[in-house]
Amino acid sequence: MIAIIDYGAGNIFSVQNALDSINAEYILTNDENIIRKSDGIILPGVGAFKAAMDKLNSSGLVPVILEQAKQKPFLGICLGMQMLFEKSYEFGECKGLGLLKGYVDLIEEKDLIVPHMGWNKLEISQNCRLLDNIGENPYVYFVHSYKAFCDDDVLYAYCEYGSSVPALVSDGKFVFGAQFHPEKSGNTGLKILSNFVDMIGECK
Amino acid sequence: MLAKRIIPCLDVRNGKVVKGVNFEGVKDIGDPVQCAYEYNLQGADELVFYDITASHEGRGLFLDVVEQTAKKVFVPLCVGGGVSSVEDFRKTLRAGADKVSINSSAVKNPQLISDAAAIFGSQCVVVGIDAKRDGMGGFTVYINGGRLDMKRDLVEWVKEVERRGAGEICLNSIDTDGVRGGFDIEMLNAVVSSVRIPVIASGGAGKLSDFADVFKKTNCSAALAASLFHFGELTVSQVKDDCRKNGIEMR
Repeated sequence: MIAIIDYGAGNIFSVQNALDSINAEYILTNDENIIRKSDGIILPGVGAFKAAMDKLNSSGLVPVILEQAKQKPFLGICLGMQMLFEKSYEFGECKGLGLLKGYVDLIEEKDLIVPHMGWNKLEISQNCRLLDNIGENPYVYFVHSYKAFCDDDVLYAYCEYGSSVPALVSDGKFVFGAQFHPEKSGNTGLKILSNFVDMIGECK
Repeated sequence: MLAKRIIPCLDVRNGKVVKGVNFEGVKDIGDPVQCAYEYNLQGADELVFYDITASHEGRGLFLDVVEQTAKKVFVPLCVGGGVSSVEDFRKTLRAGADKVSINSSAVKNPQLISDAAAIFGSQCVVVGIDAKRDGMGGFTVYINGGRLDMKRDLVEWVKEVERRGAGEICLNSIDTDGVRGGFDIEMLNAVVSSVRIPVIASGGAGKLSDFADVFKKTNCSAALAASLFHFGELTVSQVKDDCRKNGIEMR
C-alpha cells in the first residue's frame, strides 16, 4: 500500500488516476500511523515552495517523513521533489526537508520562456530502478519555474533547458524525486510509476 | 530540448463533441472521452476541452466528461468555458483537469487570475485571449466569443496577465480564425515578445505547413487547432511528422 501524503498542496487527482490505471494500491492520508504502516510513500506538490513547506510543517508530518524516507521507497513529484532538498530561494530563503544535498532556485537563463512547460527529453546519467525499460531519451512532461541545483552523485536523469535541469534525483537508496510529472507523461510516466510500485514490492 | 506542442481542442456541448470527429475507419464519434483517447493515440501533447454549454445540467455532464477522460488519458488536460470564480477552478481541477482556461471572466475580473494563481499555482492558470487588429497598427481584446470589443490594448493586457501570475497564454486571432490561411504570425510575435510565459497559437490553421510555419516564424510554445482535426483532414501525427521534417523538435 502506497501512502500519498495529503497536506493540501498536491496534484493528487492525476496521481491517483495514474496509480489506478496501473492497479497500484494507495491511500490518501495525513495520518502518521498509516504512513508508518505503508510500503511506499508519494509526496505530491504544486504551487510555491514556502506555502507547501508551511503546510507540511503545520501538518506535523515532517518527522515521520524524515524517518520513513530512510526505510521504504519514497517519491517526491514536482514541488514534492524540490522539497527533498535543503533549501529553496523561491520568495526568500526557505528550509526544505534536507533528504538530498542541494538547493532550489529560479530558472534564470536569458531569453528563456519560464515556466519550463511541456515535453522535454530525458538524458539518463545514472541507471536506477525507476528508469528501467523506459527506452532511450523518452520525453516527459515538465511544468516548473524553479529547478534543483545539486551534485552529480544525486543526479540520475536531467534534461536540457538553457542549461541542465535535474529531472530525476535520488539518494541511491529509497529517496527519489521527479521534477517532471510521471502521472502526466503518457506511457513513459506510467512505466516509471510502475517501476516504483515494483520496487516497493521488492523492498517489502 | 523542449519540444513544441500540438494541441487538439474539443468543443463540448451537453457532454457531446459539437461537430463530431471522423477518425480513420471510425465515423463521427460524438463521445468526447473516446475522441480524447484517439487524439492521445495520435500523439497529442495536450488536450483542450472547451465547454460551450449554457445550462447548469450541461455543466455537470461536462465535468463528468473531464473526469472520465482524466482516468484514461495521461497527458495534460486543459479545460475551459464557463469558469468565472475560484470555486469553478476548484471544481474543474477536482474533476481531473491540470489547467483551467479563462477568457472573458479574466477580462471582466482580472483579480481572478491573481487569486487562482495564488491558491492553485500559476501552472494551472491559462488565460485565453481573443484579439483583433484595431486598424491603427495595434490589436485589441474582445470578449464573449469575439463579439464584444473591450477597447483594451492586447500587449498591455498580456503584460497584466503575466504580472498577475498566469502560467500560459492561449492567443486566438479573430482575424485569422476560420479563414484557414495560417496562424496570425504578426499578432503572435507582438505577444511573444512582450511576455516570458509560454504562448499557444490558436486560430487559422488550414493546412499541414501552417504548423511548421508558425514555429519557424514565431517563438510560440504550442499550436492549437480544432476543426482541422475534428474533420479528420489532418491527424496530429501527420502534423508532428511534418514539423519534424522541418527541423522542429517534437515529442
